[in-house]
Amino acid sequence: MKSDREIGVRGRRTASELEAGRRSRVLMKGNEAIAEAAVQAGCDAYFGYPITPQAELLEWMARRMLELGRVFVQAESELGAINMALGAAATGARVMVSSSSPGISLMAEAMSYMAGSGTPMVLVNIMRAGPGLGGIGPSQSDYFQATKGHGHGDYHVPVLAPDSIGEAIELTATAFELAENYRTPVMLVADGILGQAMEPVELRFRTPERHAFDWALTGAAGRPARIIKSIDLDPEILEKRNLALQSKYRDIARHEVRWEGWQLDDAEFAIVAYGTAARVARTAIAKARQKGIKVGLFRPITLWPFPERELARLSRHLHGILTVELSSGQMVEDVRLAVEGRCPVAFHGRMGGLVPTPDEVLGALKALRARTERTRSADRKTPPALPPQGHVLTEYDRSEIAPWVHERARRGGRR
Amino acid sequence: MTLDTSGRASPAASSARLIYHTPDVLIDRSTHYCPGCGHGIIHRLLAEVMTEFDLPAHTIAVAPVGCAVFAYDYLDVDFVEAPHGRAPAVATGIRRVRPEAFVLTYQGDGDLAAIGTAEIIHAAARGERITAIFVNNGIYGMTGGQMAPTTLLGQRTTSSPGGRDAALMGYPIRITEMLAQLPGVTYAARGTIADVASIGRLKAMIKRACQVQIEGGGFAIVEALSNCPVGWGMTPEESMEHLKGPVVEAFPVGVIVDRASARARAGAAGSDGRSAQTTGEAGSGQAAGPDGQPNALAESEA
Repeated sequence: MKSDREIGVRGRRTASELEAGRRSRVLMKGNEAIAEAAVQAGCDAYFGYPITPQAELLEWMARRMLELGRVFVQAESELGAINMALGAAATGARVMVSSSSPGISLMAEAMSYMAGSGTPMVLVNIMRAGPGLGGIGPSQSDYFQATKGHGHGDYHVPVLAPDSIGEAIELTATAFELAENYRTPVMLVADGILGQAMEPVELRFRTPERHAFDWALTGAAGRPARIIKSIDLDPEILEKRNLALQSKYRDIARHEVRWEGWQLDDAEFAIVAYGTAARVARTAIAKARQKGIKVGLFRPITLWPFPERELARLSRHLHGILTVELSSGQMVEDVRLAVEGRCPVAFHGRMGGLVPTPDEVLGALKALRARTERTRSADRKTPPALPPQGHVLTEYDRSEIAPWVHERARRGGRR
Repeated sequence: MTLDTSGRASPAASSARLIYHTPDVLIDRSTHYCPGCGHGIIHRLLAEVMTEFDLPAHTIAVAPVGCAVFAYDYLDVDFVEAPHGRAPAVATGIRRVRPEAFVLTYQGDGDLAAIGTAEIIHAAARGERITAIFVNNGIYGMTGGQMAPTTLLGQRTTSSPGGRDAALMGYPIRITEMLAQLPGVTYAARGTIADVASIGRLKAMIKRACQVQIEGGGFAIVEALSNCPVGWGMTPEESMEHLKGPVVEAFPVGVIVDRASARARAGAAGSDGRSAQTTGEAGSGQAAGPDGQPNALAESEA
């Protein structure tokens, strides 16, 4: 089926509808919705390179940006694309780049330069399964890459993770706002399902306000020349620049944390998940509630800054947390850091482009409940023998041991 | 003759005729370049040309990684720092969103001809309206004198201690000739700072490369063969002799292609000698052919 062509035609029609009404309900792919949201957000320039599963985003931009007399360049590589973005953004233009995991890896260098020099830009990662060339199936295995700095040096970028196409539209505008307000690159991450699946969306577009930038390179007519750079060979000065950067990150962490809670009021358990994993979790939660398990969803929308305080507060009232990801368990590390042993944290994930089913998640939830019940009722003085040293913990081992580790940590505090 | 600090003749010396002063765009400070280095001359030429065309107020320049990483400390125009080799991509981004700006890149040979090969070729292939200054001194100077893609065969560097051996390390790249093949390239030339006459010809090339952009032409590149006394293990004087000899032999100087001039010539149907003169301005035997295609690539000269 030539689905692309069909969508393209549909896209043209909706695009003109959008210009007229700017609000309608259409069936749209996530990639196209993000692209159109960027167009409507006033994106001046888009640079990209073809890669599955984000190619529709590039194709949408190829048509729309030129239609509107804006800038679209298909670069020679992801390196080319991200550095074109760096140049355009340095002049104060509103700029977007999109790619998928292997391409995002190539962009790490320039992202570090942009973070270091305070260049605002929005980078979309429609994540696919890795490592290496991996596959083109949906994945969340770039969580570490997105939230822990991506390139070299001490930096973070705000990372936004929608769980629906409608939310992706809203967060695209938010991404430009964050980028310009804080002078930082911003990442919008979605997995291949959100990028390529279609769902009905209400097209509520938003155009962030334009600001005059006192740093943008426009030619030094009537003012001193401006320099956008990240280099400083004087360690004292470079440390000061780093301290300023860290203070900016604290600001972002204070003001820009976004998360969603669902059915948490009476919850004894919570599933922590984002993106497509959160969609699966909702179905699993509905099923679990029918079986009398009081469980809710805690969904980080900003992966960085991670909603750690909110999750920490919540964890005090929970018997256990299950983290569900399309990865080997990456966000679960941040969950454990936030929870600090207040309750057991279990993990369930699939890799390689597979998605956990609601039943799998329900099974993991039941196992967690059984484990916590066992823990809560068991004689706490007789923990099971720890595996011999050097033994590599499998997820199974970890799920067996974890409650005891947590319990001991708790008792240790009282002793 | 009395001069004030800005280098301009003071009113008291009205009888004196000022024939030269430092261009304002060249910031008056000592540089980080090593004694005898050619970057200073090339910065100066660039500053002169930019001033002559009144460009500084609307220039957005891209600094490379390498010895010229601090170019913004010496040229008083808006500057953005590019990652290593990416200046042509960064300049593309600027060009596309700022059609009115004068966009300039300044790169060394490691930056342009090794790590940034893809970016320079594709910026040229797209015919981006940017002016690229390419300083080729055959070595990675900033990192301590390692072999570059342009290092001569037999040349000793810290990473080719026995001399560059073609069997192990390949041959020097003549990237400007490669670029000249692309229809998107309006102007490509190679000059050198080896002596005063060459410096004059190099300035004419830089001027032409800027003029191409001002007149709405495509990609323009000037390769400036330069020296690196420290990296080459020579005195500045020896390095200039070396430049004039083996370096120019391996990298022949002259205009490699000038398509704007060829077009102008074709338009003027041979009645106007001005464009032909522009082509011949560099005074080399390597002028472009009548169709603007490179007609004398290095092999025939070397």
